Formats: sequence, structure tokens, C-alpha cells
Amino acid sequence: MNLTLKIWRQKDSNAKGQMVDYKVTDISEHMSFLEMMDVLNEQLIESGEEPVAFDHDCREGICGMCSMYINGEAHGPDRGITTCQLHMRMFKDGDTITIEPFRAAAFPVIKDLVVDRTAFERIQQAGGYISVNTSGNTQDANAIPISKHAADEAMDAATCIGCGACVATCKNSSAMLFVGAKVSQYALLPQGQVEAADRVQNMVSQMDLEGFGNCTNTGACEVECPKGISLDNIARMNRELMKAALK
Amino acid sequence: MGGFFKSSIGRKVAMALSAFFLMFFLIIHLAVNITSLFSADLFNELSHFMGTNPLVQFALQPVLIFGVVFHFIMGFILELKNKKANGVSYAKNNGAANSSWMSRNMIYSGLVILAFIVLHFIDFWFPELNTKYVLGDMSGMHDGEYRYFHEMVEKFHNPLRVGAYVISFALLGLHLAHGFTSAFQSMGSSAGRKKTLQNIGKAYSIIIPLGFIIIALFHHFIHQH
Repeated sequence: MNLTLKIWRQKDSNAKGQMVDYKVTDISEHMSFLEMMDVLNEQLIESGEEPVAFDHDCREGICGMCSMYINGEAHGPDRGITTCQLHMRMFKDGDTITIEPFRAAAFPVIKDLVVDRTAFERIQQAGGYISVNTSGNTQDANAIPISKHAADEAMDAATCIGCGACVATCKNSSAMLFVGAKVSQYALLPQGQVEAADRVQNMVSQMDLEGFGNCTNTGACEVECPKGISLDNIARMNRELMKAALK
Repeated sequence: MGGFFKSSIGRKVAMALSAFFLMFFLIIHLAVNITSLFSADLFNELSHFMGTNPLVQFALQPVLIFGVVFHFIMGFILELKNKKANGVSYAKNNGAANSSWMSRNMIYSGLVILAFIVLHFIDFWFPELNTKYVLGDMSGMHDGEYRYFHEMVEKFHNPLRVGAYVISFALLGLHLAHGFTSAFQSMGSSAGRKKTLQNIGKAYSIIIPLGFIIIALFHHFIHQH
């Protein structure tokens, strides 16, 4: 298929970017979206132009590195997938595809489609862990009884790959789905409950400090999340913070 | 606790708490007004009670005014903060693919409701305050009978006003269609109650505005000159 691509080009974080049109031809419908981008970049390199910079790593849908806002949606029009798992069969011959970086004040553009998502790492460092003494006497995790229901819910929350699609999608650039998932995966388990109050307070205050917006419960994040992280995690985070404030 | 209400989630909770109060108020207001459909006397008596009872006037009314003002101001502050958090806008953004129109436009439905409240205050609340506290007439009477029902009927003669009321109530319905469940979500309601709350929210956001619309249209068409 032949396609017209409208791609955000920005030289560096200080440069003023703009949308630039490109044409790609003979794209197979079996290609992934990133492979289509590879074809474009080879074309650009051959003609002596600067290739389009974009983030990617595993290309298996599990690392959370690829991003891109494709035709007005994070990771494109398909559901439950990252951009690397988006296939060209989702598009038609002759389509024009708009490709932009994830937008949020807290995710500044580094170059073209690459954005700085280290704000998520700082939030994680503020409390997204449990303190375990690994001096050689570590208790067998299976010795602690955990209900199947809690284990399942914690696992569902833990599937968040921190890609930032929730922030990119949210009309308020809120990071609450990400933080909600990270708070929940520990709050649901006995090992995490010991530090639950400090964790939620520290992670939420780091989230606010990074300049993410306020959730207004549109639910857009849940729909666009490649891992199907539920909005219930945000409600749980709200409960956890209220509990911590009343302590 | 002070730090809590400065956090993003604390502001959400404050928004939800004021919303709960306002949604409770709407039920009371509709319950009083609905009596005007079948009994002018009952409507008059209830209006007189609400208008002169010191508990309603000097405890609930100030809380209500504070609730309205707080909800709007906080709404504006959050809107501005969220705009700032957005940074550069997308060239193409397909919001309809993942969220409802109501949820994305709370600020606009809210602004229409704010404009309505100004109109409603000019229509009813300011004249009430003037009669009762400036002129000092607490009797609620005019020409030997209660004035409330008559005053309301007079207001609903003008088709422009009735039209403005109906449109505002429709926007109120859209605001509530997202706002009701959103408030519970902000308060951290658990996943198990989601379906029930969605159903109650749907019913509430239809019944309340529709009730007010029926009252306005009823008095407009029944009491023609």
C-alpha cells in the first residue's frame, strides 16, 4: 500500500518543531508500524536526509519503550497493544497517517517522536518499591498467605509497562493511571502494606511535582492502555491516599 | 490533612464532596418544586418554610452558596492547571475514540449551568432576599394570599426564559451524566459497586433535569394568559 505520513519533526528539545509530509510506497500490510517507520528512515538515509527519531526496544509489546500518537490515539487505532504490535493491516491504501510524539508538559520532546519519560522513573523512585532486608535470611514469599483474588488484582496492576500512553491520551495529561497501578500492585499485597501510607503520599507528591495534570475520570487512559490497566486502580490510589491522610 | 487537600487527589476529593452536597440539594429542590404540579397550597407552604426557617436560611443556605462557589472556582483552577499540564496540543486528537463527550466538556456544561444560576438568582433569589431582608416582609403574603406560586407562574410566562431554563437543564443532565459517577470514583468507590453506581447515575442524571424541565413547561403551557 502507498501512504502519506504527516510526522512531527523537531531537531532538539529547544527547537520549534513542525509537521512534515512524507510518502512511502509498497508497504506490506503484514509489517508492524515500526517496520513501516524503518522503511521510511531507510528512504530518508538514502536521500541524505535526517531519519525520524523514535523510541523502540523489544518490539514484542512488553518493554514500554515505543510511543507515538497515531491518528489521534496513543499507540494508534488498535486496542490492547503498543505501537510495535500495531500492524499496517489496520490502515488502507492511500491513507494519510498523522504521527506525533506523546504530548504532556511533563514529557518534553527530546527529538522528533522521542520524549523524555524519566518523570515516571522519579515517581517510581519516590516509593514504587518495598524495603526488603536481603541479608541472607529472606523469608520464602510463599510462606505468606495471599488470597487468589488479591494476587490476581496485584498482578493485573503490575502488568503496567510504564509506556506513558495514559498521560499522552489524558486531556489533562494526568499520570494517575500509571501511579494508581504502581500504588495498587503493592497495596494489595501484605509485603507492600507495611509501607503503604508513605508510598502513596510520596509517589503522589512526586507526580504533582513533575507537573502532571489532575484526573477528571474521563476513562480515556483505560481504553488506550496497551495493558488494559483498570480505572479501579485510580480509585484504590485515592482510597489509599485518604487513608494515609487520616492516619 | 492540610497537605492532603493541596495534592491533586485532595482537590479531586474536594470537588467530589462539593458535588455530593450539590446533588443532594438538587433532590430537595426538585422535591419542593414538583408539588407545584398538583398543589399550589402545598408548594406555597413548603416555599414559605424553606424561605423563613432559620436553620434553612442561616445554616443550609450559606453552606449551599459556599458549595456552589467552591465547586466553580475549584473547577476553573483545575481546568487551568490541566491546560498547563498539557503543553503543546496535538495536531490530530481523536478524543471520541476513548471517552464520552460529557466527560471531556465538563467545563462547558459547567459554564452554562453557571450562567443559568446567575439568571436564576436574578429571577428568584435576589427578589426574595430584597423582599425578606431589605423590605423586611417575612409574611410571604401578597394581597392576602401566599405569593410564591403566583410569582413562579409569572416567571414562566416568557417563552425565552422557559427556553433558557430547558437548555440549561439539558446541559445539567449532561454534566451529571459524567459528574455523578465521577464523584464516586474520586472518592475511591470500589470496583464492585461500579455497575450499581453507573445505573443510579444514569437514572439521576435523567430524572432530576427532566423533572425541572417538566415543571417549567407545565407552568408555561397550563397558565397561559
